[in-house]
Amino acid sequence: MGDLLTIRDLRLEAGNRSEPVVIIKGLDLDLDRGEVLGLVGESGAGKSSAGLATMGYVRDGVRFAGGSVVFDGTELVGLARGRLRRLHGKRIAYVAQSAAASFNPAKKLIDQYSEGPRLHRVRSRKEAERDAVALYRQMQLPDPEEIGFRYPHQVSGGQLQRAMTAMAMSCRPDLIIFDEPTTALDVTTQIEVLGAIRDIVEDYDSAAIYISHDLAVVSQMADRICVMKDGEEVETAPTRQMLDHPRQDYTRSLWSVRSFRRPEAEEAEETALIRCRTLSASYGAVPVLRGLDFAFPQGRTTAVVGESGSGKSTLARVLAGLLPPSEGEVFWRGEPMEMRLSKRRGDMLRNVQMIYQSADTSLNPRHTIREILRRPVRKFSGRRGDDLRARIDELMDLVDLDRAFLDRKPGELSGGQKQRVGIARALAAEPEFVICDEVTSALDQLVAEGILRLLVALQKDLGLTFMFITHDLAVVEAIAHEVIVLKNGRIVEQGSRDAIFKHAREDYTKRLLASVPQMDPDWLDDARRREAELRAREGDTA
Amino acid sequence: MGTLLKSAPPSAIFGLVVLVAVALTGIFAPLIAPYGETEVVGGAYQPWSAAHLLGTDNLGRDMLSRMIFGARNTVGLALLTTALAFSFGAMLGMLAALKGGWLDEVMSRMVDVLMAVPALILALMLLAIVGPSIPNMIGVIAVIYVAPVYRLARAAAMNVVDLDFVEAARLRGERTPWLLWREILPNIWSTLIAEFGVRFCFVFLFIAALSFLGIGIQPPTADWGAMVKENATLISFGDITPLIPAAAIALLTVAINLIVDWMLHRASGLKS
Repeated sequence: MGDLLTIRDLRLEAGNRSEPVVIIKGLDLDLDRGEVLGLVGESGAGKSSAGLATMGYVRDGVRFAGGSVVFDGTELVGLARGRLRRLHGKRIAYVAQSAAASFNPAKKLIDQYSEGPRLHRVRSRKEAERDAVALYRQMQLPDPEEIGFRYPHQVSGGQLQRAMTAMAMSCRPDLIIFDEPTTALDVTTQIEVLGAIRDIVEDYDSAAIYISHDLAVVSQMADRICVMKDGEEVETAPTRQMLDHPRQDYTRSLWSVRSFRRPEAEEAEETALIRCRTLSASYGAVPVLRGLDFAFPQGRTTAVVGESGSGKSTLARVLAGLLPPSEGEVFWRGEPMEMRLSKRRGDMLRNVQMIYQSADTSLNPRHTIREILRRPVRKFSGRRGDDLRARIDELMDLVDLDRAFLDRKPGELSGGQKQRVGIARALAAEPEFVICDEVTSALDQLVAEGILRLLVALQKDLGLTFMFITHDLAVVEAIAHEVIVLKNGRIVEQGSRDAIFKHAREDYTKRLLASVPQMDPDWLDDARRREAELRAREGDTA
Repeated sequence: MGTLLKSAPPSAIFGLVVLVAVALTGIFAPLIAPYGETEVVGGAYQPWSAAHLLGTDNLGRDMLSRMIFGARNTVGLALLTTALAFSFGAMLGMLAALKGGWLDEVMSRMVDVLMAVPALILALMLLAIVGPSIPNMIGVIAVIYVAPVYRLARAAAMNVVDLDFVEAARLRGERTPWLLWREILPNIWSTLIAEFGVRFCFVFLFIAALSFLGIGIQPPTADWGAMVKENATLISFGDITPLIPAAAIALLTVAINLIVDWMLHRASGLKS
């Protein structure tokens, strides 16, 4: 029995009553006051539904099929809406993944902050605003006196997420649910937000449920971790014990994901497939890339890393021909390369292909997988009839997808399967150079690992050259041969993977490397200390 | 198709029944109608009787027969006009969203000008210039209704053109027609269909209004709007006959909207 929250045999269902889709099948959870519980699992494991259910709330179309949720002596399942509303926000608060989507864009932060306390008659408007400033300060937001009077679009993503956490704290709830609060943030911002959340939860001795697919992050925050799969608990244990001695195979597989490494390549003679000289590009008058010199060696993976806004995606657009460079030259096997898409012909169109971050938007939802693959195959290879069908089947085999998927639409596939279709579509053109734009960042770790393995295998078999854009340095370490570090449109550092990861010269690179969450509960403290030191040093030199 | 109909709510079934009945009436008008469309069969304003179920109109033509032929003229013309407006409006709207730049700017401003003038006044003016005939009327109304369709198609397509699959198609060198018809259109189809239903009603009422004003479908062709006007005098004698074509207009409008509501509901359900 938890002394704050006790969940017994919780079951959630969706769909019609005769053939329900089971979302959670019998979950037991206990939570004491002041305790932080981590919920970990792949997407579809039921973590978010479980988090909402602890508030006595289910999404539209979902219903309680049994079990009980007792919060501080009150049964929440089947509790009248009015009584639930009195608990929500006041005693149980919720912090959603995307703060940008959860704030009302038309109201100032502080007005939204004071809504909860006023509604629950905890504080008057004046008191709430004073309180907001105090909490903003505690969350280490810059300019705490003033920041509340800005609109959500006027502050950065990391600041917004902290403002949202402060808002959840406004009534000093007994329990806060955090649903992937840092997933959408850069690694360096993530550290600040994680640190601020952990401090404030400790200071007010709130209990919390921290939901994430990222084990390394959860292990920083939680006292105890519960691993979920397919709506069931796999195992629960105190954080350190869970990390050191996982009992279940599934848990161990979650751990081992990050240990994937590309097999060492034999030293081959390196020729540059693409070479750029003083490449610059701008959107209108805003310069985004400023004089880049680099090369992509043939048959290798070159990772381009940097925070958002560093120009990674712009570089991809330039090479794809979508944004003509304002200056500089690009050579393809030593020959000048046509940089305007409309001027590119046959082979050049074929040779450069792209795989996108979001598989949801990169496949036309109204076409079947067969139609999606047929077009590029026909266009680039001129195959017809049986030949065409055979090639499409072959592509599905290449990306390890069942041919039965060919007649389905993207909406019926999972995220990882859609990403495989995206890869198959790029391969349909038989390209030499493939731009991978954050291809794994929208996927769960297990699925992402599968995609990385696939890409490495394809590279070996087909001799592909990859440009791999990512902000996830764990992925870079796993598959890159070469690394380019970008910041504000300039190259900070470039070199082989080992040179960058073992002997980084620049502070910026070191900071990026240190920001990757590790499977070590002490990592966050170390990282924050290092960050503070680097800041202080920058302050000295500036 | 069978399962589709089974899943339809009663309101949509009602709409479908009305629509099919009107369509059949229009198609088989010469077979169903007891008298000819313009045939004078008796005295003016005769009351309802066994020979003339709905009586006769101001010139002594059979009211029921004219109602039946009116279905063909009014609904048929409205359908043709709406289809024209949609073909051009949707194509130009998608093109503007895809190309952007000056093309978008020029077309959008032209559409703004069209929309700045009240539709009925614009139609009266244009028809006064080109002269009231059926082809002219179809052309004028189609031009007027291209504007709202263009804006809708452009707005809907704007949400699609920036998606990665359109970029992927561009990267493999697809030309504009492919991008419009294969990548964008299927994704805004449900929006357009829903709008088609609503616009069809507007066009239908617009034609009726123009006919009522005397510059729409010209006599002696039967048309529901004109029939209200021709027999309006009867209202003062407490006869409801002139309200029957008006009721037919109302019924068809409601029926189409019920179907559109159902289709919209289905489209949104399929998306999630």
